Amino acid sequence: MASDGGVSCLRRSEMMSVGIGGIDSPPLDVDEVHVLAVDDSLVDRIVIERLLRITSCKVTAVDSGWRALEFLGIDNEKASAELDRLKVDLIITDYCMPGMTGYELLKKIKESSSFRQVPVVIMSSENVITRIDRCLEEGAEDFLLKPVKLADVKRLRNYLARDVKHSNGNKRKLPKDSPPLTLSPDSSDSSPPPSTLSPDSSDSSSPPLSPVEIFSSPLLSPLDDEVDDVLTSSPESTPSLVRRQKMRSPGLD
Amino acid sequence: MDAHVAQLQMQYRNYILSLYQQGFLDDQFTELKSLQDDGTPDFVAEVLSLFFDDCVKLVGNMARALDQTGTVDFSQVGANVHQLKGSSSSVGAKRVKGLCINFKELCEAKNYEGCVRCLQQVDIEYKTLKAKLQDMFNLEKQIVQAGGIVPQVDIN
Repeated sequence: MASDGGVSCLRRSEMMSVGIGGIDSPPLDVDEVHVLAVDDSLVDRIVIERLLRITSCKVTAVDSGWRALEFLGIDNEKASAELDRLKVDLIITDYCMPGMTGYELLKKIKESSSFRQVPVVIMSSENVITRIDRCLEEGAEDFLLKPVKLADVKRLRNYLARDVKHSNGNKRKLPKDSPPLTLSPDSSDSSPPPSTLSPDSSDSSSPPLSPVEIFSSPLLSPLDDEVDDVLTSSPESTPSLVRRQKMRSPGLD
Repeated sequence: MDAHVAQLQMQYRNYILSLYQQGFLDDQFTELKSLQDDGTPDFVAEVLSLFFDDCVKLVGNMARALDQTGTVDFSQVGANVHQLKGSSSSVGAKRVKGLCINFKELCEAKNYEGCVRCLQQVDIEYKTLKAKLQDMFNLEKQIVQAGGIVPQVDIN
């Protein structure tokens, strides 16, 4: 009855490497909450992404602090022209990550003039008071203990809604006292977000599946990947876009 | 036909309950199941598949780290244990997670024999869980193929 050693990997229809802004894709609805999730664990990324989608958020999931900064355009000037369509309402990050910890990422975000107003939530499997305090002092909005549950994410969603109001036109109302983002106020068509795929069609009554981008280390062979140890993070690896596709048959084979 | 479906459903219920009672699964697994719906019918299977991929990779890393003639890098082993503890926690793999907690202490104590033994246990444990869950998924398939609905199982 037991399956043999082979484990079925997530089926992916294609892998595309994208630069920022390369894909023709539907525009981000400015009223939809867009969350950037950062976690080096693929399992945790999938779970947090599902939790966020259930609460009607659009999700971009990346596997390291470096990729988060790259996505936001904080680390270089290259993406600064794209900032007018980058709309990130919340950043949720794991604390313990190789290379750059969630705390270090938090600091860099808070140092950025464009993104310091974005609420940052830290997740950790360890309930260390000094760690929690340090993050909160550095400006983290909240601290979630792993494993994260739907109730935790719903709570986040609630306090986000106070800041991101529905707007007429494309103006997004910012939290008060924040400097204006470089949004182009009168563009009637929002530019496509970076690397977003068309949404999967869903014929159920559950919330529509939002596009998700997963930037991760090169996945030439899914998940039976490089032998290198889990501690290496490689910011110079080519980002690859992974399209997730529903598995056709339940089960592990 | 109905009797057959009902029998399968009962079998399924009992099976799930036993997995919880025997400590294979905890409430995080329940949480994952609650995140699955008609639009995402394979979510749990998907996540678990990734988890077992993780197990293979991390156990391999740990085995390599422990298979050194000379000095063993226990912090390396510990880092992998930490990862496994995290993902097992996220999917509700209770026994695997419990072993990881012990394992972590053994790494910190630099207890070589203890680590080797614990790694063997982890290896057995994740494979056992995988087999159990495969059985569970197969039961689900049988129920659906017999025209029935997979029941929600109330753990409490």
